[in-house]
Amino acid sequence: MAMHAIQKILAKAAGKPSVQAGEIVTAKVDLGEVNDLYLQTIYSFYEMGAEKVSDPDKIIFVFDHYAPAPTINAAQIHKEMRAFVQEQGLTRHFDIDAGVCHQVMPEAGRVRPGMVLVATDSHTTTHGAFGAFGTGVGATDMAAIMATGELWFRVPSVMKIRLEGQPGPKVLPKDVALKCLEQVRADGAVYQAIEFCGSYVEALDVPGRMVVCNLAVEMGAKTAYMQPNQAVLDYVNERTQYPYEVVYTDPDFEYTREVVIDVNGLSPQIAVPWSVDNVKPIEEVDAVAFDQGFIGACTGGRFEDIHEAYEILKGKHIAPGRRLVIIPASKEVMAKAADTGEMQALMQAGATFCAPGCGPCLGVHEGLLTKGERCITASNRNFPGRMGSTQAEIYLASPATVAASMLTGVLTDPRTV
Amino acid sequence: MKTTIKHPVFVLSDNVDTDQIYPGRYLDLTAPEDLKKHCLEGVDETLAARFEQDDIIVAGRNFGCGSSREHAPIALKAMGASVIIAESFARIFYRNAINLGLPLLVCPGAAAALQNGDVAQVDIAAGTVTLPDGRVLVGEKVSEHAMNILSAGGIKPLMRAQLEK
Repeated sequence: MAMHAIQKILAKAAGKPSVQAGEIVTAKVDLGEVNDLYLQTIYSFYEMGAEKVSDPDKIIFVFDHYAPAPTINAAQIHKEMRAFVQEQGLTRHFDIDAGVCHQVMPEAGRVRPGMVLVATDSHTTTHGAFGAFGTGVGATDMAAIMATGELWFRVPSVMKIRLEGQPGPKVLPKDVALKCLEQVRADGAVYQAIEFCGSYVEALDVPGRMVVCNLAVEMGAKTAYMQPNQAVLDYVNERTQYPYEVVYTDPDFEYTREVVIDVNGLSPQIAVPWSVDNVKPIEEVDAVAFDQGFIGACTGGRFEDIHEAYEILKGKHIAPGRRLVIIPASKEVMAKAADTGEMQALMQAGATFCAPGCGPCLGVHEGLLTKGERCITASNRNFPGRMGSTQAEIYLASPATVAASMLTGVLTDPRTV
Repeated sequence: MKTTIKHPVFVLSDNVDTDQIYPGRYLDLTAPEDLKKHCLEGVDETLAARFEQDDIIVAGRNFGCGSSREHAPIALKAMGASVIIAESFARIFYRNAINLGLPLLVCPGAAAALQNGDVAQVDIAAGTVTLPDGRVLVGEKVSEHAMNILSAGGIKPLMRAQLEK
């Protein structure tokens, strides 16, 4: 029976010649990543009666959600997790200086085509950008991986989103991903994998691929997949020490459905409150005023995102009374923004930089919102209370739209500034 | 795990996400007794205080979407939820809840047929919900794999048995 690349990756990891959608398999996990919201992982590990991590090279901790510790409780979480890293002899650790897990793992050469990557974070779908099987789990599933090196999975069926064409200047991968959300909706891919393909994807660079796959989880997807292109292979070959294999889908594989989106002439897209799939082209959204803009997180904190803001704001200044928080997704990204002088230019334009990490995306620190405030953000969720008060409104947009809107103080099409 | 439950319901809408179930600002808490005080605070700040042991949550589509935070099902279980019934569940939430031994039932129509405070009777093994007027809604049976985990009281006892071998 014809298999998708994702299914072949799972089959190989499960030691089986083939698998089919719906089947439950126990698969070996090539990398398990635990972030600093998940002290519970360690508790569950010991509650299971486990003593030693099955492979200390295949488990890494990344401190990103609470980097640096915003509360005494968070400091305690870091302390207990650091002690575990030491006791277990984990070979690689990313402390508060590193950045967001989904950025630092690929940068460190830990993500490669054909692997099974599981992390305690829903946005692990990001790594479909590299032709990997990436999926998010909770603390207790991760504890099972730490103890045994394996986890059970239900083999997903696969839907296809074919993206054709090329949008114009200042219309970014984030806009394309939001357009996909508008079409597929927030639960359109529950229990399925999404493959993104088409001429747009074939030509897309690594950061852009990561943005699109990152938002697949907002459509409910278990994982995302893009067939690696030359840009991916160049990126991986430059960074990884691990062997890997690019996997291909059988030509006669049957997808559950296909959504075709023509991105030629696409407008900037906005997800208005209160759900990620409440997406409209910018022309159909009122020119509301914003108190804060945010460029950062695993969705919008790469160098390319900061560069878009730089292009719009260099030599200018954000509107009076507004605030723009920029948080590079990693130390590497921050260093590049500093070396190129773009960070300096953005600070002169009124931006506030914080250390690499998740920042206010999940409402814990570095730019929370109070009731009655409105934020435009390059991050990934606009649920009530996501970035602070449940009475603060969050608009999701591309980093270019965030920068243009901070320049004027109201929702602004980046193609017009 | 109780397989039949007869208790009042709390009815919620579609797309109740993990930020509403357990807001991000409390993620640095770790004790279930602390977590439960903030459960569903993003929907209704008074809900946790009014919730009684074994009450039932009934929701619309895509319950538990968003983050992978296990705090969400830990808080729901600690608050006393006996079962969560929804049109559909987000997958990470589904796994997390089953792993903790918190039963979930996919039952289309339940959210529309029930109102806050109604007493519903749920048979988890059969996958049915009996409404106050006696009508029976038939949901999806919990898969054998998930039922094995639930019956064991969650994944941890199963793992303990596996690791002792």
